[in-house]
Amino acid sequence: MFDLNTLWFVLIAVLFIGFFVLEGFDYGVGILLPWLGKTDAERRRIINTIGPVWDGNEVWVITAGGAMFAAFPQWYATLFSGFYLALLLMLAALIVRAVGFEFRSKDRSPAWRTTWDALIFFGSLVPALLWGVALGNLLVGVPIDQTMTFTGGFLDLLGPYELIAGLATLSAFTVHGGIFLHLKSDEPIRGRALRAIKLIGPVATVFIVLFGVTTYLWTDAFTRLGVDPGLTPIVAVGCMLAAGALVHRERMGWAFVMTSVALAASVITIFMSLYPRVMVSSLNPDWTLTIYNAASTPYTLRIMSIVALVFVPIVLIYQGWTYWVFRHRITADTHLEY
Amino acid sequence: MDALMLARWQFGITTVYHFFFVPLTLGLGWVVALLQTAWYVTGRDVYKRLTKFWGKLFLINFAMGVATGIVQEFQFGMNWSEYSRFMGDIFGAPLAIEALLAFFLESTFLGVWIFGWDRLPKKVHLAAIWLAAIGANLSAYWILVANSFMQQPVGYVLGQGRAEMNDFWALITNPHVFVQFPHVITGAMATAAFFMLGISAWQLKRTITGEERDAFRISFRIGAIYGLVATVAVMVVGHGQAQYMMKVQPMKMAAAEALWETEDPAPMSLFTWGNEPERRDVWAVKVPGMLSFLAYNRFDGAVPGIKALQAEYERTYGPGDYVPPVKWTYWTFRVMVGAGMVMALLALLATWQVWRQRIEGSRWLLGLLVPAIALPYLANSTGWIFTEIGRQPWIVFGLQKTADAVSPNVSAAEVGFSLVVFTLLYGVLMVADIYLLQKFARAGTMGSVSVEGSEQPGVAPVGA
Repeated sequence: MFDLNTLWFVLIAVLFIGFFVLEGFDYGVGILLPWLGKTDAERRRIINTIGPVWDGNEVWVITAGGAMFAAFPQWYATLFSGFYLALLLMLAALIVRAVGFEFRSKDRSPAWRTTWDALIFFGSLVPALLWGVALGNLLVGVPIDQTMTFTGGFLDLLGPYELIAGLATLSAFTVHGGIFLHLKSDEPIRGRALRAIKLIGPVATVFIVLFGVTTYLWTDAFTRLGVDPGLTPIVAVGCMLAAGALVHRERMGWAFVMTSVALAASVITIFMSLYPRVMVSSLNPDWTLTIYNAASTPYTLRIMSIVALVFVPIVLIYQGWTYWVFRHRITADTHLEY
Repeated sequence: MDALMLARWQFGITTVYHFFFVPLTLGLGWVVALLQTAWYVTGRDVYKRLTKFWGKLFLINFAMGVATGIVQEFQFGMNWSEYSRFMGDIFGAPLAIEALLAFFLESTFLGVWIFGWDRLPKKVHLAAIWLAAIGANLSAYWILVANSFMQQPVGYVLGQGRAEMNDFWALITNPHVFVQFPHVITGAMATAAFFMLGISAWQLKRTITGEERDAFRISFRIGAIYGLVATVAVMVVGHGQAQYMMKVQPMKMAAAEALWETEDPAPMSLFTWGNEPERRDVWAVKVPGMLSFLAYNRFDGAVPGIKALQAEYERTYGPGDYVPPVKWTYWTFRVMVGAGMVMALLALLATWQVWRQRIEGSRWLLGLLVPAIALPYLANSTGWIFTEIGRQPWIVFGLQKTADAVSPNVSAAEVGFSLVVFTLLYGVLMVADIYLLQKFARAGTMGSVSVEGSEQPGVAPVGA
């Protein structure tokens, strides 16, 4: 029974995977920026590792938002009105972060640059935390009434399970970004990145394990009828451990592949555990939003499917090409044209 | 204020603010692409310097557009959840397509362009800026498809408690978008033209010599001709748009003219001091027959008034107030049109000076063109306020009222808080944005590299 509703559920999962894997390292680099860049030139080099790609990466989440609106408008409406203050916080963070990347080097004043660097740091940290919190909330359930309206408040979103999810994304993105930075820079940034990875890597692994265990204990993800996430959570943890081993041998390319797969497997676990639900009601299972009661009409889904199946591959091709163009390391000799 | 009014203020402020940056991105992207093409073809250094100079200003502006655009993608769900539920089947589609077709294209290739100067073959690097410009203008089409549905719903049926799309082709070929899109695009071109004219005029008024003078003369010429073509075009398509509005949203036109009673021939108001609650003029100056002429290209013909339309809408949609805030609609329309006319005049004068090869000949014109940078921003903002307020009380004309569209579970305190946060944040960012724009505009085409000094390898930033 693979229908268009399922296809769109999968597509949105794919957009979130793309977002977690790509924007994940962007966030990580932003979080590590003040800690690994001791001089202004070093901080500029750190930012330039993601300079050409961060904006394209961010479009993944904008597209995910648009796709939710188009395919599951009820989900879009309930989620964004329900998580109002959390989303406000996230938007404020994303705004200052985006402006920070473009503005920080355009004035010499140390105060100007320090301010933007701090905003890039917080603008990366806050969403890295909040995306985990948000996905955790989808699964553990929030108060949604029979009209699909969220009836809780901001603090209802911050239970222990959701915080574990948030700390898992925060730490995993940081490690992911550290490995990316190690791949794209030279000394002394590389050495510092390696120390940061070794410090935060175990923390991220612990939080991902903890997230898996609490998902098992505190949600119905593994017990209810639906799609069994099966091995994917094991894969996520396994990849984190493998990444750790590879980091110690300084096989950073493979370590990056492993953290990417770990992030992807985590997203897949959450979406498989959700399926066919998109937002669980903690008040009554009948009030849960699913890919059927939250969906657009079959006509709209069909139109959007054609558009997506044509254009998503094209986007992947040209974004892949940009990574190829900018595959070189940013070294002290690299002309910082920007 | 209740949550509805606060949410409307928030949408108005965040959207008008976002649209401070969008038109310059749309209009200036083409110029940067053309300048780089000129450099590619002729190899003349001045075109490279101009590409970098206007490109730098383009990027500062673009960053603000991107950052504020994220809010636009999410706030329909945040503040207008009932709208999203009722219209999502139709409205979400162009938004998602905009991201997929246009945002990826413009942001990816702009990244390639910024960082690809020394890394890519010249031809590929040139293609990147063209693709970014095309992507930006494509995004305008898709978002206007979405807005046109709100002005003139097409391609839908009313289903189970919501509007459902039944004709995608009708949605994307909405006749409304074909009058609205050209108006927005030409308005954006005029914005870029006046931005160029103002900065070039400021530079030419100073004592600059040699290559720098050449560079800004070239910029002035481009700005003048671009500005003249764009302002004439924006008026022609705007006139067509107004005539179209007469057919599909006559109430908006009646409110724009404060035309209380149906009149034939209908006069155009030059100035009306009205009594809005009693729906009558206190004092007004009018040009007889002119509104009929604007509506039908002849000096007679009935233009329906506010009272008649109110009665008609009550028969169609049931009891209620169907009159938009007349003061807002009337004055924003006048400011938009007035700003446009002044711009056309200034563009004409500037082109005249270019024609006579006397660009620096008239210092007062150069002096006027600097503050004239504000005119297109005024016209763009009032134009949108006019078209959105003039549609009230509807959020989607004839289908859903704004009052029924707001999120029921977001309290006035929450909206008030987010309104304060966005307003303060946007205010501070505006200061930073204008600071950078004026700094790089002053630096000229030779000096724009100076800030990169402290980034040289091994040079610490301390004391820089």
